[in-house]
Amino acid sequence: MNIASSTEQICFLILGSVVILGALGVVLLKNIVYSAFLLGGVFMGVAGLYLLLNASFVAAAQVLVYVGAVNVLILFAIMLVNKKEELKQIKGLRTRKVLSGLVCTGLLFLLLRVDLTTNWNLPGPSAIGELSTERIGEHLFTDYLLPFEVASVLLLMAMIGAIVLARRDVLNTDIATGDSVDQNLIEKSNDPILLEQSSN
Amino acid sequence: MNTGLDLELSFNNLLQGFGISSEISHILWLPLPMLLVLSSALIGVLVTVWLERKVSAAAQQRIGPEYAGALGVLQPMADGLKLLVKEDVIPAKADGLLFTLGPILVLIPVILSWLIVPFGQNLLISNVGIGIFLWIALSSIQPIGLLMSGYASNNKYSLLGGLRAAAQSISYEIPLALSVLAVVMMSNSLSTIDIVNQQNSFGFLSWNIWRQPVGFVIFWICALAECERLPFDLPEAEEELVAGYQTEYAGMKFALFYLGSYINLVLSALLVSVLYLGGWGFPFPVEWIANLLGQNVDTPLVQVFTGSIGIVMTIIKTYLLVFLAILLRWTTPRVRIDQLLDLGWKFLLPISLVNLLFTAALKLAFPIAFGG
Repeated sequence: MNIASSTEQICFLILGSVVILGALGVVLLKNIVYSAFLLGGVFMGVAGLYLLLNASFVAAAQVLVYVGAVNVLILFAIMLVNKKEELKQIKGLRTRKVLSGLVCTGLLFLLLRVDLTTNWNLPGPSAIGELSTERIGEHLFTDYLLPFEVASVLLLMAMIGAIVLARRDVLNTDIATGDSVDQNLIEKSNDPILLEQSSN
Repeated sequence: MNTGLDLELSFNNLLQGFGISSEISHILWLPLPMLLVLSSALIGVLVTVWLERKVSAAAQQRIGPEYAGALGVLQPMADGLKLLVKEDVIPAKADGLLFTLGPILVLIPVILSWLIVPFGQNLLISNVGIGIFLWIALSSIQPIGLLMSGYASNNKYSLLGGLRAAAQSISYEIPLALSVLAVVMMSNSLSTIDIVNQQNSFGFLSWNIWRQPVGFVIFWICALAECERLPFDLPEAEEELVAGYQTEYAGMKFALFYLGSYINLVLSALLVSVLYLGGWGFPFPVEWIANLLGQNVDTPLVQVFTGSIGIVMTIIKTYLLVFLAILLRWTTPRVRIDQLLDLGWKFLLPISLVNLLFTAALKLAFPIAFGG
């Protein structure tokens, strides 16, 4: 075994354990802020795995999108609404934990079975390394043009929806009730809109 | 294509001459450029701190540091030494782990970004294909470190500072990336080497600043915002937030923030010079001058000479930009947070989008001048 491949092995082992332990931490830790930061670590680990697979563009995109945007957004949301309040005790919490644990172990065994029964040694296309950026661009603008555009329209819809929800003051009437909406956004009372409808 | 100096090849050949296998000589070579770039980044910071003190003093009609070395050149060393021996305080109610991890997460991406900064044809650590995109991706990690330290300090000023820093950094990343994209479109490559080579065919006349004047201004504004320099130093606005996310930090952890922000400033200036000012290029092509003097560009002596000129040119351009940043610090008032976000989202973003579209149109119309 030469130096390059053994370095690759060691890197893979480290990255793999970072991803698995980090993901376990995201699910199992009580402190939601730790979970969010660990999620960032998991995303970084996955980016490292992409790098090992010679997909440097995908790795950088993973860091930019998942760590730089998604994870920062999650952290923002947590920190802006971080109230120190005790969560209500849910009935039968232990049974729920046992059940979800069972489902997860079942899924794990299913995946392990798939892993062991599949023949992984298929001759796939050879890695093109640095050329992959151009290749991705070509695919996005030829045979994957429609999915690409549909995804962008979907994101645009989500964005407009979010803006409408966040800025109800720009609309004169509320969409749900038809009542005129209070212009004073900050002083607005926090009554749920849909509750009035159901009481009528 | 002129390959210029290739130190790695000569180093490997030298070691193989002593009977060492190529793998081992490669491993011996790997740490050398990294150490060199790390130390040059640190020296760059020392010079910048000295410049900042001296130029600030001149802008305020003071003398500035004077007694530590000639003209106070040792003052940054003294600053660093002071921070090094200071007591490392972790506030009692702070979250110790995140508190320690925050400054490290801020510093590491900045240092990693030096991977792609070229000082010459082969004078960079790694000519990775994704080049400038790597820098954009890495600089998006920084807000997490800022949020982490803001949260872990358990202090309302720190939390507000951290959130402001993250918001600022996210908003200005988009126009920054779009203006980089316009340059990338012209040079058909993400690699910093190709971007510089594309600019250096006709000396200073072919620098990107003439073809991308709007992009240059947008990039510079956004780079200042990303470095949290005045007029955009809201995260640490001392009148409002004490010192923002740095409030609870002391000693070496504070020094890491300090180091990170100055390395980032030098890095941004370097990248402006790479993207818009022709990188290591001399205002007149070195090949023309060599031909004029009757020298062959490929002879070793001329190559060493052009390589040194390249490094000197990069450093001169960079420090001119750093000087400009320091002057801006003392001549512009700080913007408010709503003005900052308005400027980013309602002004810079549309303009950079139009700039990108315009560049694409020009590239189709005049493929000779805009890299067809």
